Amino acid sequence: MSSTHIVSIYDEELKYLTRRISEMGGTAEQMVGDSVRALVNTDVALAQKVISEDVILDTAERQINEKAIVTIAKRQPMAADLREIMGAIRIAADLERVGDLGKNTAKRVIAVQGSSIPRNLARGLEHLAELALMQLKEVLDVYASRNIEKAKEIRERDDEIDAIYTSLFRELLTYMMEDPRNITPCTHLLFCAKNIERIGDHATNIAETIFYMATGSQPEGERPKDDHTTSVGAVEE
Amino acid sequence: MTEAATEELLDKKMNAVPLKMVGKDVSVYYGDKRALYDVNLNVRENTVTALIGPSGCGKSTFLRTLNRMNDTIDGCRVTGTITLDGDDIYDSSIDVVELRARVGMVFQKPNPFPKSIYENVAYGPRIHGLAKSKADLDQVVEQSLQKAGLWNEVKDRLHEGGTGLSGGQQQRLCIARAVAVSPEVILMDEPCSALDPIATARVEELIHELRTNFTIVIVTHSMQQAARVSQRTAMFHLGNLVEENDTDKMFTNPDDQRTQDYIMGRFG
Repeated sequence: MSSTHIVSIYDEELKYLTRRISEMGGTAEQMVGDSVRALVNTDVALAQKVISEDVILDTAERQINEKAIVTIAKRQPMAADLREIMGAIRIAADLERVGDLGKNTAKRVIAVQGSSIPRNLARGLEHLAELALMQLKEVLDVYASRNIEKAKEIRERDDEIDAIYTSLFRELLTYMMEDPRNITPCTHLLFCAKNIERIGDHATNIAETIFYMATGSQPEGERPKDDHTTSVGAVEE
Repeated sequence: MTEAATEELLDKKMNAVPLKMVGKDVSVYYGDKRALYDVNLNVRENTVTALIGPSGCGKSTFLRTLNRMNDTIDGCRVTGTITLDGDDIYDSSIDVVELRARVGMVFQKPNPFPKSIYENVAYGPRIHGLAKSKADLDQVVEQSLQKAGLWNEVKDRLHEGGTGLSGGQQQRLCIARAVAVSPEVILMDEPCSALDPIATARVEELIHELRTNFTIVIVTHSMQQAARVSQRTAMFHLGNLVEENDTDKMFTNPDDQRTQDYIMGRFG
């Protein structure tokens, strides 16, 4: 945004949205990191903390939406301003979902406590979470910097997460086949892995929204996909 | 279909709309002062074209060149060409009165004649000899008032004074008066700036309906109004045409920075 509005309070209203989105991003990042740490270390107390924090994001999303609606009604925003406000609404929704996914992972920590998670499996999950968190962190940086090239890069990187998720999926299947007693914890871990993979998708959504906010057009081409889990176990012809 | 192909198709569709008026290198001088700089702007048939821009940008000046209203201003000089259905309207063979019957105008402030509602509408058709009999004229008056969405409100008091109507009704009466001579193009110079929101909505609804039969060019200070009523928008700044685009594009993602700053209410 190169210049300021003639009506200065309008700038304040837009700044409020930007600030709240950044805050939501920080909270979401924290929750996701904590949920994975809680899972890997079976730290129930940390998991409880994550679960209790979800309400912060729910409230923030609602407040952002309310402010956005009022601003649209009052200012009749045009062009980049309108895209800024619509973008804030969409990003808030994505971040709220990220919080839900973190909370869901945290809930499963409580379910899998008592059963030991194989060390190398935990490492796989950690790696997946690191990538997803990096995507989330970088996309939030892009929200502040509005660097279009960077937004495109993030969007194109989502296939790495998909690939690791697919390999974790296969690995979990092997543990379940080995010993039926693994089925319950492994199913929970499978959902956790899916949660983390979805967080990567939300980061990609946000990257696309930022691209649209800055340029007024959608990024070109399909986003790359490397999630093959939908065909795992299918009979190959 | 790819995005590019869709866009191309839309472009073709828009380009397929015949041009009603074509302004080529139009410049206007008020004495030594130049008010318009080589404006090239097309007005498409059955389309509402909105002219926007800050005060003194030349949008009203351009509008007035389209039916030679500038002729009435001392020291005003127009260069370049403007055509209506391919004919140069500044050609010496053109009858200005006839031109203004084909290209009608509605002004900022409602300005009904100090006569009855009926006479306000009947005046034009009568002097242009468009009605053969009293019955004919009655019909033209009724149809015009209906097209202007005013008939039901005034049908029982056609012979009362036009100036006794509310502001919104007066403006619709002026539109009925403009429509009565069956013009091809209607120019509107901020037609709603003196009206309340309800009366404005009525006039906007009317513009939407009139578009099926007429070509409309509207100057407006309200960007929201331009966004609501027009299909094409032209942005003027300091006497230059800055950008002309589909209205949808103009208000979501304009090409020119000056348009962007203006519609978003920012300092340039």
